[in-house]
Amino acid sequence: MNTVDVREAVTRAHHEEWARVVAALTRRFGDLDIAEEASAEAFATAVERWRADGVPPNPGAWLTTTANRKAIDRLRRESKRGDKHKEAQMLYDSTPSEPPGAIDDDRLRLIFICCHPALAMEARVALTLRMVGGLTVPEIARAFLVRGTTMEQRITRAKAKIKAARIPYRMPSAGDLPARVSGVLAVLFLVFNEGYLASGPDTDPVRQDLTTEAIRLTRLIRALLPQDGEVAGLLALMLLIEARRPARVSSSGELISLAEQDRGAWDAELIAEGHRLVRERLAAAAAGVAPGRYQVLAAINAVHTSARDIRDTDWSQVLALYDQLVRLDPSPIIALNRAIAVAELDGPEVALAIVDGLAEVLAGYHAYHATRADLLRRLGRSRQSRAAYDRAIELAGNTGETAYLTRRRDQLR
Amino acid sequence: MQYLLSVIHDQDSLATPEEDAAIDVFNDRLRTEGHWVFAGGLASPDTATVIDSRGGEALVTDGPFLESKEYLAGFWIIEAPDLDVALKLAVAGSKACNRRIEVRPFQ
Repeated sequence: MNTVDVREAVTRAHHEEWARVVAALTRRFGDLDIAEEASAEAFATAVERWRADGVPPNPGAWLTTTANRKAIDRLRRESKRGDKHKEAQMLYDSTPSEPPGAIDDDRLRLIFICCHPALAMEARVALTLRMVGGLTVPEIARAFLVRGTTMEQRITRAKAKIKAARIPYRMPSAGDLPARVSGVLAVLFLVFNEGYLASGPDTDPVRQDLTTEAIRLTRLIRALLPQDGEVAGLLALMLLIEARRPARVSSSGELISLAEQDRGAWDAELIAEGHRLVRERLAAAAAGVAPGRYQVLAAINAVHTSARDIRDTDWSQVLALYDQLVRLDPSPIIALNRAIAVAELDGPEVALAIVDGLAEVLAGYHAYHATRADLLRRLGRSRQSRAAYDRAIELAGNTGETAYLTRRRDQLR
Repeated sequence: MQYLLSVIHDQDSLATPEEDAAIDVFNDRLRTEGHWVFAGGLASPDTATVIDSRGGEALVTDGPFLESKEYLAGFWIIEAPDLDVALKLAVAGSKACNRRIEVRPFQ
């Protein structure tokens, strides 16, 4: 078999089977460390063996069997050396605990343990990308602009805490499930956002590897929890944002605002999929299921992606959705975004009054100053607008956004 | 598996009678549900004495080993099958004593 085909087969198996192999081994051996190492070894072996023997008919089963063997080898080696081992075996609850609509899948247990609330947010992100996403430690380190050794330590520390504090490998109880799912979604949305608006002075404005990975993992959770409205909502939200990516950065690396984007460049397939999900959630809402914040955010994005031209945007619909969102999540950032819709309906002066009311809480947030700058510009208050742009540029961490804000500022005379 | 639940004290006042009553209710729950190992409230850090015998002769110092606004006011040692159970109990314990609680596993 030729090398390219084998490499493709391994890559595909890695995408499709990594989480399944790690999850199965974690259950069998009760140890994330062993599961991770043995899975990685199994994939490395596949690269050699498949080249010599051909790709097996069931790559997933081959990988699981090989990984199991690697794990047993390691345990034998360690017991020969007399290592004290497996005293703190991870707790596995084998009683089927099926929350409504959930498939009993080890991958769900793996996701929930990686996103456990007792772990720091950055540890949850790193662990999820490593154990569920299968990204290598150097890849994750690059994605978050930290040194490889730092990321390695972060993951090692998280695994050690899981073991020492006995974080269990099981499905959350039905009562805990909504909160735990929302914790998982927060991790995935953070990964997505870091890709969508990458930070760092030398970083590309959009990190497609991260947005793609976040969408892939959210699809996996959607497959595992098909009845969960917020999972569907987050997936729709990511798809509708991702659909606009091709139009979001100019050839010179500057971010392009929604109003100026070439809507013909939007990804029609992703939009169609996102709209299907939003319609599904609207039907559920009509049947009396109250939507959560991701579903409302997805609906707002669907209003934008439904307009062929910025002038066709149904701003009253956008505002009505923001009003709904404010009731779910009364955060100042939501209030700021709501003000943008207010500006379209009631004019920039009304919007500016709302934005100015947020000064105290949002003074350190670049988007607050960028929004203010735009409203002041529309009101012809150029000097104040320029000052607000200055502040926004100072605070913005994204190279494409800095370029956009600088151009807007320099247009003011 | 045993966990230490440390009660972190960060205010001037000591426990109120209402808090004491709520702690009693929580203690009863720990006993009935089989989580109870041991618990106790501590006198203020001013009453502490530090001993250091590492140099051969015992060195006696007045006061806590760490001067801090936050200090250990009491603790529970509980038996729980895993961290999720321990955290749930800590949530109830924190409500009962109206203080922050650190949950830490024994080795």
